[in-house]
Amino acid sequence: MPAIKSLEELKRVREEALVKKQMKAALGQIQVIVAMGTCGIAAGARDTMKSVLNYIETEKLSGVTVTQTGCMGMCEQEPIVQVIFGEQAKVTYGKVNADVAAQIMKQHVQGGTPLKDHVLPI
Amino acid sequence: MREIALHLLDIAENSVAAESRNIHMDVVENLQHDLLTVSVKDNGRGMDAENAKRVLDPFYTTRTTRKVGLGIPLLKLAAEQTEGGLSLETESGKGTRIEASFRHSHIDRMPLGDVGTTFFMLLISYPHIHWVFKYQVTAKDGVTNLFELDDEEIKSVLGDTPLTEPDVLKILRGMIEEGIQALTPQTEY
Repeated sequence: MPAIKSLEELKRVREEALVKKQMKAALGQIQVIVAMGTCGIAAGARDTMKSVLNYIETEKLSGVTVTQTGCMGMCEQEPIVQVIFGEQAKVTYGKVNADVAAQIMKQHVQGGTPLKDHVLPI
Repeated sequence: MREIALHLLDIAENSVAAESRNIHMDVVENLQHDLLTVSVKDNGRGMDAENAKRVLDPFYTTRTTRKVGLGIPLLKLAAEQTEGGLSLETESGKGTRIEASFRHSHIDRMPLGDVGTTFFMLLISYPHIHWVFKYQVTAKDGVTNLFELDDEEIKSVLGDTPLTEPDVLKILRGMIEEGIQALTPQTEY
């Protein structure tokens, strides 16, 4: 009876599929994080985030996750935005107004190349 | 902060940080009573009596990155400048409700600002939270209009489709903008 063997195989196939799916998700995953502590909000982080969402909407960018985070302890650099592009290291940008946010979306999130000018050395 | 709507965003961040599952945000403009009231109610971890007192102190914060908090004291000050005030109800393990009231016509009242964008940002940024947004306007003649958005139905329709999908963003933004526009005539300042 192949029952047990097939079940084992099925289980393996399922696990492989799951791993593949996770790998694919990790590779294709683009995350944009906007710092929205009191300092960030006071510095204009809401406009920054609005610009990010607006870019996704108008350019029809699928599969980008947008989240918020609190104060990162660099209040003087706010608004701060971080981009995680697949497996690449997280890039942190400072003084991101709405215009800079749109540039980051175009060059980094869409194009895959970090925007050198506003990267914070952390 | 230049807008009351930005304060709301800031206060809601506290609710998120307190691990709330449900957050209610209300904006009530009552021109008949010359009153503007905003509130945020959550079911997060709440505060004990000691912390509830300390939270109004600008030099108290739970954050570890900096030594001043400022969020709630700033809102309190903004409200008090207009003959209004801030009230805080909280219970450890149950949640917190913060309400700020302003005299609507007061010369020192900061503009309400873009309430819709505040709603929209919070809805998109924290999909795991159940949001209920309300914005009510009562005109001088007593006519009351209400915009209400409970995201439960939206999320059940969407299933596991992310809120940040372009088309989803467009629909949600439209829903909020149109809903709030329909509340006018609304006087700023």
